[in-house]
Amino acid sequence: MSSDTLAQAPAAPDIPEHADSLTIVPQRRLGQWTAAVAVLALLALAVTSVLRNEAFQWDVVADYFTSDAVLRGLWLTLWLTAVVMVLGFVLGTLLAAARLSANPVLRSVSWGYVWLFRSIPILVQLLLWFNIGALYPQILGVKTVDLLGPVTVAIIGLTLHEAAYAAEVVRGGILSVDRGQIEAAQALGLSRWRRWRRIVLPQAMRSIVPPAGNMLIGTLKGTSIVSVIAVQDLLYSVQLVYHRTYQVIPLLMVATVWYTVVTSVLSLGQYYVEKHYARGSERAR
Amino acid sequence: MTVMVDIRSVHKSFGPLDVLKGIDLAVRAGEVTVILGPSGSGKSTLLRTINHLEKVDRGAISVDGTLVGYRRLGDRLYELPEREVLRQRTRIGFVFQNFNLFPHLTVLDNIIEAPVSALKRPRKEAVETARRLLDRVGLSDKADAYPKQLSGGQQQRVAIARALALEPRLLLFDEPTSALDPELVGEVLDVIKDLAHQGTTMIVVTHEIGFAREVADTVVFMDDGRIVEQGPPADVLDRPAHDRTRAFLSKVL
Repeated sequence: MSSDTLAQAPAAPDIPEHADSLTIVPQRRLGQWTAAVAVLALLALAVTSVLRNEAFQWDVVADYFTSDAVLRGLWLTLWLTAVVMVLGFVLGTLLAAARLSANPVLRSVSWGYVWLFRSIPILVQLLLWFNIGALYPQILGVKTVDLLGPVTVAIIGLTLHEAAYAAEVVRGGILSVDRGQIEAAQALGLSRWRRWRRIVLPQAMRSIVPPAGNMLIGTLKGTSIVSVIAVQDLLYSVQLVYHRTYQVIPLLMVATVWYTVVTSVLSLGQYYVEKHYARGSERAR
Repeated sequence: MTVMVDIRSVHKSFGPLDVLKGIDLAVRAGEVTVILGPSGSGKSTLLRTINHLEKVDRGAISVDGTLVGYRRLGDRLYELPEREVLRQRTRIGFVFQNFNLFPHLTVLDNIIEAPVSALKRPRKEAVETARRLLDRVGLSDKADAYPKQLSGGQQQRVAIARALALEPRLLLFDEPTSALDPELVGEVLDVIKDLAHQGTTMIVVTHEIGFAREVADTVVFMDDGRIVEQGPPADVLDRPAHDRTRAFLSKVL
């Protein structure tokens, strides 16, 4: 049909001459509004109940929030998390490299490690390491109990556990890098180390950072498990106080708020790390 | 003229699949060899054996008088350590179908990476060379862009500059225009033609018959892991001696 005949053809019955003068009215989303109001009402209810329930004893929370004992516990939680994360990812990266190597022995051992340490609950593992003296009363002529104090046991147990998960995260990241990238680097004569450091790892990091951020936050909170072997972390420190004063809830709130604060800071950090590794990707533009 | 690439009875199989069934081919220095053939004929695999991205099962390849990937003692070929293979590769430029630029590095960093890290060139010198090469492929204003910000044709031109930055004795192109939108093919072929006119030795695997006719000194037609025929483009393209060559050309022309 030529444009002439189209212009002369009568408009469809529902469309007037000047279609651009019509006003478009969006659909009323009554359901959305109802849901939003209901959720906000429930939220307000929860907040007022927390603020008005005097058993929370917010004044006690404030008293202990920056007390020496709590800050010492917080400090231990923070450095324990950092040490476990670093050692766990170093060991995990070695395990991932072994798993992806051409050597069948290394591949199997790496697989076996991940299988074993993902199978044992971390609580069970900590208790086992704590009681390792029953199996080996002496190590290299030193009494095992003297050699492996609670903090050392905590570091060993948490690191071995962490490494099994880190290995899978790192392996997934490496597998996400296009095979052509490695071939291009080989064709250009880049050494094995340079290919890894400069080409593979920076691209793998884009897939590694989000689950690693998850793990970091999980580890931060997971370290609270060391309170069962009397390591004075944040949780155990507040427990020591409330065992003396019986102010259980306010002191648990002290720990809760601190864990939340640190997690928030870490989440913010993750955002910037992700942005850094998104260089050159389409989403970064 | 001296022989730059000497391929002798090269065999290669992937599991039960024989991809190369005895290839003999000599490429003279300064010449352009275009390899044509249906997909699955083994032409890309052959190209990849020349810089040892694929190891051959039998036979031997030498580039510029040096065995690639092996050292010969008597009638045995000993595999070279990776370090020496990598050094050999810096003499051979390779351009991939999918460009394979490093997406997290700028165009400039893509180009200077190998000269700086593999050839230990001073960074300043490498940057100067890179800028000169970018100018040559017509992208001097894109030094600080990331690959994803460029069109396919521009990316492939950067990839060619990256290969040239090592000042290779030989350039290998693996279907350099197959991943491009039709309107971007010309700009990449122009750069390759320009290199050909300057006497760079190159082997080009492609489906561009017009390019072969215009630029090639020798056209090689491969089918089913063998070289069916080879010769000047006027012979192979216009008066093919074999039915299989004729059948292939009638489909692509």
